[in-house]
This record gives sequence, structure tokens and C-alpha cells, in this order.
Amino acid sequence: MGFDSAYEAISEDDPTADARWAFGTGFDDPLAGVDTSLPDGVDGADVAAYCVMLGDDALIASQRLQQWITRLPELEEETAIANIALDLLGQARLLLTRAGTADGTGRSEDDFAYRREPGEFRNVTLAETGVEDFGGLVLWLLAFSTWRLALTARLRTSRDPVVAAIAASAVKELTYHREYAAQWVVRLGDSTEYARARLVAALPLVEGGLPELFATTEVERRLADAGVAVDPSELHAEVDGVLGTVLGEIGMQRHDVAGGDEPLGRDGAHSAGFGALIAELQEVARQHPGATW
Amino acid sequence: MTSADWPLYEVFLRGKRGLNHVHVGSLHAADAEMALHHARDLYTRRNEGVSIWVVAAKDITASSPDEKDPFFAPSGDKVYRHPTFYDIPDSVPHI
Repeated sequence: MGFDSAYEAISEDDPTADARWAFGTGFDDPLAGVDTSLPDGVDGADVAAYCVMLGDDALIASQRLQQWITRLPELEEETAIANIALDLLGQARLLLTRAGTADGTGRSEDDFAYRREPGEFRNVTLAETGVEDFGGLVLWLLAFSTWRLALTARLRTSRDPVVAAIAASAVKELTYHREYAAQWVVRLGDSTEYARARLVAALPLVEGGLPELFATTEVERRLADAGVAVDPSELHAEVDGVLGTVLGEIGMQRHDVAGGDEPLGRDGAHSAGFGALIAELQEVARQHPGATW
Repeated sequence: MTSADWPLYEVFLRGKRGLNHVHVGSLHAADAEMALHHARDLYTRRNEGVSIWVVAAKDITASSPDEKDPFFAPSGDKVYRHPTFYDIPDSVPHI
């Protein structure tokens, strides 16, 4: 069998694919056939800013998850967390690429990921929150994926066809992430005193990032009016409901967390450890300017 | 808790085009539901499958390598059990 490209070997068109059942076939491109022009009456700069927000959420959460690789309690969980990090990285790549085309600057995904200063990132601070242990990790992932799933589920009907297509593919991934996190939270909460204590200890840290998730920036308000974005304040009830259901399973009480002067991360205000996180993300790219991969 | 405490599960996948579930490997998990999650994360990352079975390894009864000869050798010299000793009529094309 000779192939001009490795991808031919795994394409659906390959007549010999039947015999190689063990390898997956039929991969699809979420943006295949999607019209990339901007919807009428929508400011490209706004769409770009919005895609940067959502792309940064995924990029930074993915980077946090990657920091756990080799530190997880089981080999099987290593792969699970790596898969989730990779899903989020894929979402980030598509969204940041869209940002570069929507604002007409032609900036690439690498320009956004590797050539911005920490203060230019627009992710919510929950995405960058570092936790201490596996209990904290699954609790954090439950909150993040519940919120992002609620958001992307609504974005499937966005008037921007690229955002809608990215959301349609992301919803399936995030549904699994939420399920994975929820089953671990319930497992730990139902197991030993120690495991439960770790969840209880991590809860305030995760809850502290919640009010920001439902604050609406000017860009989001304009785009929500235009049918492109989702007003995050609409997500509050669903996220509270899901978190309440999961934590209710193990009899864990939520705290009342009063919001401060949101938004934080959407304005480029990040937590103390954020600079180090970005430095790690960008280290290789900065050491080898112009490198391709 | 360490892996040693988690029982072994065998994983069977049905590929998109395959008819049967095929054994692809094994993993450790606390229970069957977790085994299914682990199987999804370990064995379907490259678009390999559309259906997963997990079976606790302790529930599988396997033939022993010691019994290989009495079990399988007797059929080795009985080629007449294959239906190859007759002529196929020309009017039957696809055999």
C-alpha cells in the first residue's frame, strides 16, 4: 500500500480500509463546507474578540490540565485527562483561527497563543485556577465543563456559521468532560472521609470563580443582540442546577458566593500565577521564533 | 488506593465497519462503569469504535494452554471436514 500522505491511509475513501478495522477511519473536519463569511451587520472585530474569549478559555484550561499529566493517580486517568486537554486545545485552535480571519488581521492561532502578553489573554479566571489534588481537579473540571457546555449548546444556533460549527462539535466533547468529572466527584464524595475532605477543601476555590462566568461584557452584549453570542447571564440557572444536582448526590452544600466587580479575566485581569502559566505555554515558541510544527 | 486494588477488565470494541466486537486489550477499573469510561479513553481515541463491551477478567473462563493438544490438535488432520470435495456448478458464481 502506497500513500502520498499518511492521511490517505485513514480516509473513508480508501478501499482497503475494511481490512484494517483496528485503526479508525472516517475522520471529519468540523469546518468542512462551512461558509466563513461574517453574517450581515456584525462587526468583525467583535466576533474576533468573542472568539478570543472562548478560545482563551479552552487554551488556558487545556494548559492547566496538561500540567497534571504524569501526576495523576492512575495511568487510565492520565489518558482521560490528556484526552480532555486535547479536546479543549482543538476547540481553542479553531476559535483563535476564526478570530484571526474575522478581524481581518490574518493572525494565526500561534500568534494568539504564543505571541501575546499575559494581560492580553481574555479567559475567565476559573480557566486558570490551579488546584492542589485530584479531588480539586475533578471539581474544577465539573464547574468549567458544565458552564462551557451550557454556553456552547446555545452557540450551536449562532448566526456566525463558523462559531456554530465549532460549537456543534464541541458540545459532544464537553458532554463527556462533564460526565467524567461528575462521576469522579460523586465517587470521591461517596468514598472515604479523606477523599470527601479534599472535595470540601477545594469547593471555595472553585466557587470563587463562578460569579465571573455569568457577567456580560460589552462585546458579548452587542453580539448577543445580533444573535451571534450568548449572554452568559442566561447560563446561571442551568449551571447552578447541574452543580446542585451533582453535589446533592453526595450531600455537599454550596456556599453563597457574592460577586465582586466582575468581569476580571475578560478584561485581562488575571490571578497571580497566570504569568508563570503563560511563560510555560510560550516557552518553546519564544525560544525558537518562527518555528513551525 | 492503588492499581493493585482495582480488578482487571477485558475490553472488546466493535469497529465502524466490523460486525463483531473484537478483543483489544485490558485495563484496571474500580467497577464496570469506570471500566467503560477508561475503555473509551484508552481504546477509542483514534476513532476505532462505535460500541464497547467490558468484561471482568475473572468472569472469563479460558481454555488452558496445557490442554492445547487434546482440545485442538485432533481437528488438524481432518481436512475432509471442509466442504471442498465437490465441484461447484458454473451457474453458482459467488462461492
